[in-house]
Amino acid sequence: MTADTTTPLAYPFNTADGLQLADAYEHARDQEGLLSVRMPYGEPALLVTRYADARFVLGDQRFSRALAAEHDAPRQSEGRNDRGILSMDPPDHTRLRSLVAKAFTVRAAERLRPQVKEFTAGLLDALEETGAPADLVDGFALPLPVAVICRLLGVPLEDRPRFRIWSDAALSTSSLTAAEAEANREELRVYMAGLIERHREEPQDDLMTALIEARDGGDRLSEEELVDLCVAVLVAGHETTATQIPNFVLTLLDHPDQLALLRARPELIPGAVEELLRFVPLGSGAAHPRYATEDVVVGTTLVRAGTPVLVAAGAANRDAMRFTAPGVLDISREGNQHLGFGHGAHHCLGAPLARLELQEALGGLISRFPGLRLAGDVVWKTEMLVRGPRAMPVAW
Amino acid sequence: MTGVSRSVRVDSRLCLGSGMCAAIAPEVFALDGDRARAREDGAEPDERALEAAEICPALAITVHEGTAVIGPRRE
Ligand code: HEM
Ligand code: SF4
Repeated sequence: MTADTTTPLAYPFNTADGLQLADAYEHARDQEGLLSVRMPYGEPALLVTRYADARFVLGDQRFSRALAAEHDAPRQSEGRNDRGILSMDPPDHTRLRSLVAKAFTVRAAERLRPQVKEFTAGLLDALEETGAPADLVDGFALPLPVAVICRLLGVPLEDRPRFRIWSDAALSTSSLTAAEAEANREELRVYMAGLIERHREEPQDDLMTALIEARDGGDRLSEEELVDLCVAVLVAGHETTATQIPNFVLTLLDHPDQLALLRARPELIPGAVEELLRFVPLGSGAAHPRYATEDVVVGTTLVRAGTPVLVAAGAANRDAMRFTAPGVLDISREGNQHLGFGHGAHHCLGAPLARLELQEALGGLISRFPGLRLAGDVVWKTEMLVRGPRAMPVAW
Repeated sequence: MTGVSRSVRVDSRLCLGSGMCAAIAPEVFALDGDRARAREDGAEPDERALEAAEICPALAITVHEGTAVIGPRRE
């Protein structure tokens, strides 16, 4: 069959103030073919909601990220961001990725574990000292990944208030005009270019210095790519993790049996993190459309060359064709090959580091605070690509 | 070292199933289940296979030339 040509449905489906997966995804997944959807800006797209289709599209070179720049790509805000590693195709993408890959292997992340443990313990100490109630986001979930990524990349922690504003704007879907969004990104780039200059003069033992060497020594990286790569690592390196920490805590508080099991058996923490990555639909909707470079059949649908495809990983992660009892949170689940970090060429660069941070964060919180509970209303982010609490008062 | 045949191996105990290798070098790697494997009918590992070995987050891929390991280049 060919793609559905009826009026595209308004997208994204998920509401911003919660972590529910919209019912519309269930319908889409059960229906044959791919659904036609329209985002607030850009041309209509086909929506992928099944696990097998999602893996296929994300893993096949005939679907291009780079082509999005040549189209009126579907997006949530007026401004567009066609730069950076997530907007490139192999072989350019692979060249960039291979320069940073070594800093983000499972082994490299493991070497950071003691440091992450130390940061975690320090923040938990500070929370205890201040006493309950406290904001889990500001007091824990945000400063942890920020400290880790700043240390790894070589960004001074004191600058956090400055790049916080830019980084918020980078992931924002709000009413910022295209010009405002671009101005924000430019400020962050100028800041990063300045830091790079300082590192050139005084090399450090950090990722920024290693990337500078790759550019200045091997000519494998343009100056613009160098700046964009550092920006990508800084922004992608903390916002998602900072959002998933409170999301995971909330989800566990919603599933007291699973929380109790985790407390009783802390060795289940790595598996619990995987299950939470599967279960929590982080995005308000799919982002980063892939463009078909030729006619490709996805499942039973013929996707014509030049058509954008959106992959809803959150929906695919609840596909009963792949996961038994997909709507059930089961921290002991086996064979949990979820799409929470994406799939294929753009599979999350920071996945090993994010896993480790989430494990340490959850492990630290539940062992230190056996009585951890909500102590007020959660304030939700409403204008971000990722969903989660902006503030989350807790007591223990 | 022409004449010495190259081969590629995936350690399935390490592989995380990220799908990166199969996405960038589909002639060499396949991902039909949750783990990647070198295709039996696979093409001779080329530059892209070496790059796959470089970017694999699990360091699960090795590229061999005769008895020597030529990829990934050491950390
Ligand atoms: C819980 C935390 C995180 C989640 C859920 C997450 C999720 C994702 C997902 C789904 C993608 C793929 C996007 C796509 O293909 O459209 C991605 C890509 C990426 N992530 Fe993460 N991420 C997290 C943490 C991190 C961290 C800590 C870093 C640190 C460097 C990072 C850096 C990146 C980068 C650079 C990309 C682009 C990769 C590429 O285009 O090759 N992420 N992430
Ligand atoms: S890149 Fe590495 S971890 Fe990813 S599928 Fe290939 S072998 Fe497995």
